[in-house]
Amino acid sequence: MSAMLTLWERDIVRFFRDRPRVIGGLVPPIVFWLLIGAGLGTSVRVPGAPEGLSFLQFFYAGTLVLIVLFTSIFATISIIEDRREGFLQSVLVAPVSRLSIVLGKVLGSSTVGLAQGLAFLLLAGAAGLHPGPHGYAWAALVLTLASIGLTGLGFCIAWVLDSSQGFHAVMNLFLIPMWMLSGALFPAAAAPRFLQIVIAANPVSYAVAGLQRALLPAVVAEGAPSMNACLAALAAFAAAMMIACVLVASRRDAR
Amino acid sequence: MGPNGGGKSTLFRILATSLSPTSGSATILGRDLIADPASARPFLGVVFQSPSLDNKLTVRENLVHGGRLYGLSGTNLTVRINEMLSRYRLAARAGDLCGTLSGGLRRRVELAKSLLHKPKVVLLDEPSTGLDPAARQDLWEHLLALKAEGATILTTTHLMDEGDRCDRVAILDQGKIVAMGTPAALKAEIGGDVITIEADDASGLRDEITKRFGVTPRAFGGQLRLERASGHAFIPQLVEAFPGRLRAVSLSRPSLEDAFLHHAGRRFADAEAAA
Repeated sequence: MSAMLTLWERDIVRFFRDRPRVIGGLVPPIVFWLLIGAGLGTSVRVPGAPEGLSFLQFFYAGTLVLIVLFTSIFATISIIEDRREGFLQSVLVAPVSRLSIVLGKVLGSSTVGLAQGLAFLLLAGAAGLHPGPHGYAWAALVLTLASIGLTGLGFCIAWVLDSSQGFHAVMNLFLIPMWMLSGALFPAAAAPRFLQIVIAANPVSYAVAGLQRALLPAVVAEGAPSMNACLAALAAFAAAMMIACVLVASRRDAR
Repeated sequence: MGPNGGGKSTLFRILATSLSPTSGSATILGRDLIADPASARPFLGVVFQSPSLDNKLTVRENLVHGGRLYGLSGTNLTVRINEMLSRYRLAARAGDLCGTLSGGLRRRVELAKSLLHKPKVVLLDEPSTGLDPAARQDLWEHLLALKAEGATILTTTHLMDEGDRCDRVAILDQGKIVAMGTPAALKAEIGGDVITIEADDASGLRDEITKRFGVTPRAFGGQLRLERASGHAFIPQLVEAFPGRLRAVSLSRPSLEDAFLHHAGRRFADAEAAA
């Protein structure tokens, strides 16, 4: 337990000591949101959305997921650095269970991602969204589960790779499609049939759907998963990723 | 002790429980490192050859996290950290980021970190790598002080003088222990003195020495080496037997390097070059 907490604390201290990382994680998605949202907003109307809803508002939930997706997963790159710089070797020979190491590392990285997501969530009012206290609470819960699951995915990949370049290459293979096909950029209902299947199988879709339900109930399409279904899917994803992490980290390999 | 590439670090990592051997068994304090590595870990203090500190954290923060991983917390941890900081003369640098420290200081932090939980067995992999002579001397004084307090210290080295400071030395070559014993016993096995001969025609001379004295020196490049009891008496005979053909003859007490050569059949430097 104390091992988990100490690894968690370490990641957070490291993050806040690294100013460029704090700024770099938050500012680009905001710029991205404004540019894409404003640009597409003039030419695209969200199918099935009520009158008066701007694309910027529709795109808000997607941007929130984008922030958590990128910062959570890229925070796990620290595992590769820990291995290369040697810190990890001393953790692995300490009397600490692999589960504690996984939880400490995953919680550390997902807290970093979540902190940035929550900072962006505070801007919801500026985007013209007024979800109320309940809406914010649901949104925070969705983001928490999503960031744990996504960090777990990053952990599994980072654990087996030994270069951060490789990590970037592999993660781009996952990240962009996972985000594109999540309903973040266009509503699932408007997509062709085969894409709808992919969207339904993509855990990130449930983060987007959950956030839309929490923040912007007006855009939720008919047939979209309920809040409970979203939370259940995200919790299952997080649990599955934790198990995968422990399995991956339990291998005593030659490195 | 052994040349680079001899298997020292692999053995170290098996004993530190970070690597599973392909075969064989290993126990420390009666605990099976292969079947149940977790049972041995609380008793081990491990100092890796490559640094294991977090350079973005301060010296004190590194010690705090290191101690917590070994189950220390609260006042107990603070007291131990302060003890270690003063013992290893780090107190003035406790608030500095590890990335800003010199190599010698960082090694002292590593040592302090690995000793917080008072391990019974301290494992070190080439601890003097990258240290200047003064820092190396300092490190060994700390190691010998720990030994005096009752800890068992197991270190790898490829430096002869470090081997000489140990109670027991195992000589590793190409993954095998070729000899093991106290440094004195390993040297005594050579049975006398080491005579080194330099000559222009080393291999021709070797055959003639064999014919004349019934002993075959080992040849390395332009050098011949002989191990012989009462070498001081043998050298005059040798010089008289081959007038003008020897460029230099020297007599020395056996060193661990000679013990390596005796058992591994090659010179330490050649083994390093081959690795």
